Amino acid sequence: MKHVIETKEVAGSPNYHLTTWKKLVDWAVNQSRANSLWPMPFGTACCAIEFMATAASRFDIARFGMERQAFSPRQADVLICAGRLPFKLAPVIRRIYDQMPQPKWVISMGACASSGGIFDNYAMVQGIDTIVPVDVYVPGCPPRPEGLLYGILLLHKKIKGESLFDAVRRRDEQLLDEHGLRLPPAEIDEVSEPFGNSVHQFRSA
Amino acid sequence: MNPTVGALQATFGNAIGRASDMRDGWISVTVRADRLKDVMTWLRDHPEHHYDYLVDVTAVEYRDRERPLEVVYLLRSLARKADLRVKVELDPRGELAVDSVTPLWAGANWLEREVYDMFGVVFAGHPDLRRILMWETYAEGYPLRKDFPLRGRFSRAEQVRQALNVNPEANYSMEELSIAEAYDELPADMRERLRRGDRGKVRESE
Amino acid sequence: MSKRTVELELATPGVDAQGQPTRVPLVADEPDLGGEHLLINLGPQHPATHGVLRLVVELDGETVVRVIPHVGYLHSGFEKLGEYRHYNQIIPLTDRTDYLSPMANNVGFALAAERLMGIEITPRCTVLRVIACEMSRIISHMVWLGTTAIDLGAFTPFLWAFQQRERIYNLQEMWTGARLTTSLTRVGGLMADIPDGFVEGLREFTRTFPDTLDEIDRVLTRNAIWAGRTQGIGVLTAEEATNYSLSGPMLRASGVPWDMRKDQPYLGYETYDFEVPVGEHGDVYDRFLVRLEECYQSNKILIQALDRLPDGPINVADPRVILPPKSRAMSDMEAMIFHFKQVMEGVKAPVGEAYVGIENPKGELGNYLVSDGTAKPVRWRIRPPAFINLASISKMSEGHLLSDLIAINASVDIVMGEVDR
Repeated sequence: MKHVIETKEVAGSPNYHLTTWKKLVDWAVNQSRANSLWPMPFGTACCAIEFMATAASRFDIARFGMERQAFSPRQADVLICAGRLPFKLAPVIRRIYDQMPQPKWVISMGACASSGGIFDNYAMVQGIDTIVPVDVYVPGCPPRPEGLLYGILLLHKKIKGESLFDAVRRRDEQLLDEHGLRLPPAEIDEVSEPFGNSVHQFRSA
Repeated sequence: MNPTVGALQATFGNAIGRASDMRDGWISVTVRADRLKDVMTWLRDHPEHHYDYLVDVTAVEYRDRERPLEVVYLLRSLARKADLRVKVELDPRGELAVDSVTPLWAGANWLEREVYDMFGVVFAGHPDLRRILMWETYAEGYPLRKDFPLRGRFSRAEQVRQALNVNPEANYSMEELSIAEAYDELPADMRERLRRGDRGKVRESE
Repeated sequence: MSKRTVELELATPGVDAQGQPTRVPLVADEPDLGGEHLLINLGPQHPATHGVLRLVVELDGETVVRVIPHVGYLHSGFEKLGEYRHYNQIIPLTDRTDYLSPMANNVGFALAAERLMGIEITPRCTVLRVIACEMSRIISHMVWLGTTAIDLGAFTPFLWAFQQRERIYNLQEMWTGARLTTSLTRVGGLMADIPDGFVEGLREFTRTFPDTLDEIDRVLTRNAIWAGRTQGIGVLTAEEATNYSLSGPMLRASGVPWDMRKDQPYLGYETYDFEVPVGEHGDVYDRFLVRLEECYQSNKILIQALDRLPDGPINVADPRVILPPKSRAMSDMEAMIFHFKQVMEGVKAPVGEAYVGIENPKGELGNYLVSDGTAKPVRWRIRPPAFINLASISKMSEGHLLSDLIAINASVDIVMGEVDR
């Protein structure tokens, strides 16, 4: 459920100019952020190939503002995790996420990055949202380039709804807690519950 | 029947077990673990057989606990276009150790490291036997063993916690650290930590 | 057998008259400052490592003393997962190992499963699988070409190569419904027959594809920068290549004429007329020439396969292995029982084991299946060509410069999904 609290200022009220100025600033900031998102392509597996195909001439993410692939996280805006994430790579993506300067967003591309995908086993992180906070999940195995573009446009829409002045809608840093985890352990176990074929993990014959 | 098998049985006698035809047309021959090095050297260097190409090294553990754990070597002679499968049988409940063939075929280096990582088979004489696919301080066990469950032994939260605690820069081998040369001069507890595979964590800045 | 010799006149050639790489030495009057070696970390997140590969490089100035590759950052537990899946359920897993040439992986696994079960596929299925393998070879080499060119500074061939890939992707999508994760084969046949328009589309592709290859050839082969950066780099002799168990273009560029399609043929490859390019020097330039020529030869094989495509069924006529058509499964009792048994229990393989190696674009892809009589394999081992080829990188890069290391890494043609499985 979404609660949108919008205060409408009437011309002549004491806060009118301040509010209008804030809205203008928000609009300008969000437009520039959304239309020039430089992606950090954290491409691991098959989704990385579809990401490369999206960046090539047929689908071309450059027309959506992603002109320059920022291979250094220090210069990136959005971390696109394209592909499956094994446990060995988990500290690496967390460190890359921490190295990105604010404001930053994360797109989880593909089924494996969103939930572990078909790899419900000992080696795979069951969704990168147990490690980094995710803004847009793009399903698919791999998602079509059009699907990824739709996800990017959803992110644009999300960014345009942000605000610098409202603590609820501001983009704040999300750090790990003192145990080194982003979510409480019970929640990690709950989102990683097996389903489908992997429930029969003990019956190998 | 592959002519190699007859020659093997003539040369090595009872170190060679039964030879059988496999479904793919290869011949598979079992060798006793203690004579493996000699047999492999003979197979590679004998001018008539000359298996100069190692196709694969892997291990197979059966669901039937009574069957041995087999370490399987797939050999090929490029000149004669001949293939041979050599198996060494180990007790799955006992200690898993076999000689390394890395001195004979350099391609066996990483293949044996992977068998060690996945099954826990120790290859004696391997230049650098450490985990290759999992991280070095991986504590859950050997994944491809049949008593290792598909989703691992620990809970998901515990796996995430352990994975995030691994310092991504610290997985260096002894070879990479120049302290390898000065190993004997290190303090005893540091040597113990390095021997266990714990390459240390980056200290938090004060 | 034809021989192609490339003659180049370079102002500062990469190799001198004896074939040794030339290095312009830094002349300095100061004594050698000594200093320690630098240990740097390339990866696992790096644009030029072709995936999540970590290279720990020990440098003396800019010369590489030692390279130690660390893999396993994409380890997904495929082989463990395969022990809990039926044979047909493993086919989608094979797409995701070498995701640059998915149909070739599907074919490799299906051949191993069929060898284990003793099934012989139909003639139409054989030719269609050859078409699938060669299409996969083309798209894999196009990725290799594009990314290697980008690593060495040439951006345009990447776009040309990916444009050709999009045409093959259209055909793959027409046939299987998916651009990348095709899951084309089933044990005993294929998922579906080729649709109308596929043959014309593929013929159109084979007509114009050599033009793109000629363009790339024109841009790169006689280019002074390209030749200077790739000749004499990462040399492996034939003995070393055999000892390191290399396969595919890496092995052939070093002069060893081993190709699974010619030497241990499968799918009727011995009846096709094609040549296998073999290099001479074993350096990065030779690997580039070998892969480029393989694309021409794949095109040739595709034309022949399209010409000889026979009519007939694609699936073997064994109801225990192939699902009956849905209409019969809903109306005929026997067909319903066969459908039920296959879906609920899976197809049981006889006790035994089989290894089948095929010529993947990266090298020899082998699938080793061990069965104990049940529907799920006891052991599924993928013999990964990229993993074994990658192990030789430390031997190849000693003494080269850091920028050469990037060229050498690119020439191995790795795909981390297959390296780590």
